[in-house]
Amino acid sequence: MTTWHKRARSALGLSAILLFSVGGVSAIAQERTSVKIGYAVSKTGPNAGGAGITTIPNYVLWAKEVKDAGGLELPDGKRLPVEIIEYDDRSSAEEVVRATERLATQDKVDFIFAPWGTGFNLAVAPLFDRFGYPQLAVSAVTDKAPEFVKRWKKSFWLLGGGHDYTEALAGVLKQAKAAGTINGKIAMISVADGFGIDLVTAARPSFKKAGLEVTYDVTYPAGTTDFTPMINEAAKGGADTFVAFSYPPETFAITQQAQVAKFNPKVMYLGVGTGFPIYGKNNGANAEGIMSLGGIDPKNEANTAYRKRHEEVTGKAPDLWGSVITYASLQMLQEAIKRKGLDREAVSKELSTGTFKAVLGETKLENNQLRTLWFGGQWQNGQFVAIAPVDRPGAAKPILPKPVWQAK
Amino acid sequence: MIVTTLIAGLVLGGTYALVAMGLTLQYGISRIMNLAYGETIIAASFLAYVLSSSLGINPLVSLLVAAPLGFAFSYMIYAIMLRPLVARSKTAMSLEIDSILATFGLLFVIQGVMLVFFGGNYISYSYMNFGVDILGASVAANRLLALVLALAIGGGLYLLLTRTLWGTALRAVAVAPSSAPLVGIDANRAVRLAFALGGALAACGGVVISMYQTFTATSGVVFTMKALIVVIMGGVGNLLGALSAGLILGLVETFVATYVSPGLTLAAVYLIFLGILLWRPSGLFGKARR
Repeated sequence: MTTWHKRARSALGLSAILLFSVGGVSAIAQERTSVKIGYAVSKTGPNAGGAGITTIPNYVLWAKEVKDAGGLELPDGKRLPVEIIEYDDRSSAEEVVRATERLATQDKVDFIFAPWGTGFNLAVAPLFDRFGYPQLAVSAVTDKAPEFVKRWKKSFWLLGGGHDYTEALAGVLKQAKAAGTINGKIAMISVADGFGIDLVTAARPSFKKAGLEVTYDVTYPAGTTDFTPMINEAAKGGADTFVAFSYPPETFAITQQAQVAKFNPKVMYLGVGTGFPIYGKNNGANAEGIMSLGGIDPKNEANTAYRKRHEEVTGKAPDLWGSVITYASLQMLQEAIKRKGLDREAVSKELSTGTFKAVLGETKLENNQLRTLWFGGQWQNGQFVAIAPVDRPGAAKPILPKPVWQAK
Repeated sequence: MIVTTLIAGLVLGGTYALVAMGLTLQYGISRIMNLAYGETIIAASFLAYVLSSSLGINPLVSLLVAAPLGFAFSYMIYAIMLRPLVARSKTAMSLEIDSILATFGLLFVIQGVMLVFFGGNYISYSYMNFGVDILGASVAANRLLALVLALAIGGGLYLLLTRTLWGTALRAVAVAPSSAPLVGIDANRAVRLAFALGGALAACGGVVISMYQTFTATSGVVFTMKALIVVIMGGVGNLLGALSAGLILGLVETFVATYVSPGLTLAAVYLIFLGILLWRPSGLFGKARR
C-alpha cells in the first residue's frame, strides 16, 4: 500500500513536473508575440551623413514593409510583428560597442542589424560573435574579409574589399589605354583616413600590374575643404586620369573646384558621395562621365522597383552603391528566418549556405562574402550605371573621355 | 605659378577670416567664449539652403535675412542666458568658465534642433560656382565673395570701432569692463550689442560658406575650432588680427599643399600657430593684459 502510495505520489509529482514544464513551454510560446530586432547606428556625429543615406533608410523601409505584410514570417507560416530597438552610437566606436552589448544582454533582441562603417563593424564583430548573432556587415569595405570569416564564423561581408574596387578601376583604365583613349598616366589623391588609406594602398599595385603610371600621389587630411593646390598640381604632371579616394564633403568640393579650375581630365574617378543621388542632382550635366565605386544596372527591374519604394517610404532616393546591398542583406535575413525560424545558429548557417532571391537577383554568398558586386560605376545620362567589372554581364560601356565641364 | 598659389591662399584665408571675426567680437568684447558659435554658422547655412532649394531664393538675398536673424538670436541668447552669468561672476576667469559651460550646453541644444529638422545628412548645393580670372588664376566666385565680404566687414567694423563714439565705447568696455561705467558707458548694453553683432557675422559667414562647402547638422564644431585658432592667433577681440591671421592660415595651407605635401597642411597650421604664440603670447595684434 505504502509503495503504491509512493508510486502514485511520485507519478503525480512527475506528471505535475511534466505538466508544469509543458505549461511553461506553452507560456513561453504564448509570450512570443513579437520578434525583437535591434541596431546601433550613427544618427549623429561625423558618420551620420553616411549612415543616414546607406543604412538607416533601408532599416526603416524594411521594418515598414514587414509591418505592412502583417509581420515577420516564421517557418510555420505564422507572422509575428517586429519590434525595433534603435540606438544612436553618436559616431563613437565605444558607444557602438556599448549599445550592441546592451541589445544582446539587456534588451535580449532576436537579431541585430549591423552598424555603419568599416571600423564600426570591426568594433562590434567580436560581440556579435560572442553573443552568437549573425552580423551582416554591409557598409564595410575590407580586403581582410576571408580572415574575419575564419575568426568570426557568423560574420558576413557584403561590400567587397578595396582591392576589388581598384582592380575594377584598373580594368577600365587598362582597356581605355589599349584603345588609345587615355595615356595611362594617373594623378591620385586620397584622404588620410580609413577608406582613403585602404583604397590607395590597394590601388598602387593594381595600377602597376595594369601597366599604368602614377605621376602624382598625395594624401590630404580629412576635412580638407580647398583642393585648388592639388588640382593645379595634378593638372601639371601630364596625367589625363584623375583619381580621388575621398569622403563625401571632399568629393563634392573636388567636383566644384575642378570646374572652377577648368580641369578636364579624360577620366575622373571620385570617392564616396559620387553615388549619392544628390550628386547627380546638384551637378546636373556636369556629373556626366564621372566614375566612382558601386553603380547599378538600370535594366534590373527589381532594383528599379526597390528604388521607387525607398523614395516613397523614406522620402529620398537610395544611394547608388551600398543602399541596395543593405536592403538585400535584410531580405536575406528575412528569408533565412522564414526558413529556419528564430534560431540564430540555424539562420547563420542558412545565410552562409542558402541561395536567396533578393533585389540583386539570385544571391548566394561565397565563404560568407558577397562577390557578385558592381565595383565601378559612371554617371551616364543622369544615371549612375555600373561599368565594372568590365567582364560582368550587364556592365555598361564607359563613356570616355569624360565630357568637358559645361558652364552653368 | 607662385601668383596662383598666393591668390588661392588669400581666397581660402578669406573664409577663415570671415568665420573668425564674429567670434573675436564675442570673445574679445563680450568676454563670452561662445562654444555654440559654429552652430550659429551652420544654422545660417541651413537657412540659406532651405530658402534656396525650396523657395528658390538667391543665397545673396538670404544674406540680408540671415544677418538680422543672427543678430536678434544672439541678442536674445545674451539677454536671457548669458546676462545672469555675467551679473553673478566676480572675476573674468569665472565668467569665462561659466560661459564655456553654458554655451557648451547651447551647442547641443541648437545641434539637436537642427538634427530633428534636417537629420544628419550631408547638405550641399552650389551657387556662384564659376571661375573668376584674377592675374591668371581661376578663382571660384563664391569663395572670392567670402574674401571680399571678410575684407569689407573687417575694414568697415574696424573703422566703426576706431572712428565712432559708439565704437570707442565698445573698445572701452573691452579694455576695462569695470571702469567703463564710470565714464557713463552702459557696459551691459555695449556688451550685448557686440555679442549680437558677432552673431550677425556668424550668420553671414554661414550663408556664404553654404554656397561652396558641404555641411551637416553636426559640423559646427569644426568652424568653432578653426575660428578659435584664428582668434587666438590674431589677438582676442581684434578684428584686423582675425583678418590677417585668417589670411595667413589660408596662405600657409595653400603653400604647404602646393610645395610640400597636402598631408602636412594641418601640421603646418599648428606649427605656425605655435610659432606666433611663442613670439607674441597674446596674438599678432593682441595687447598683453595686466
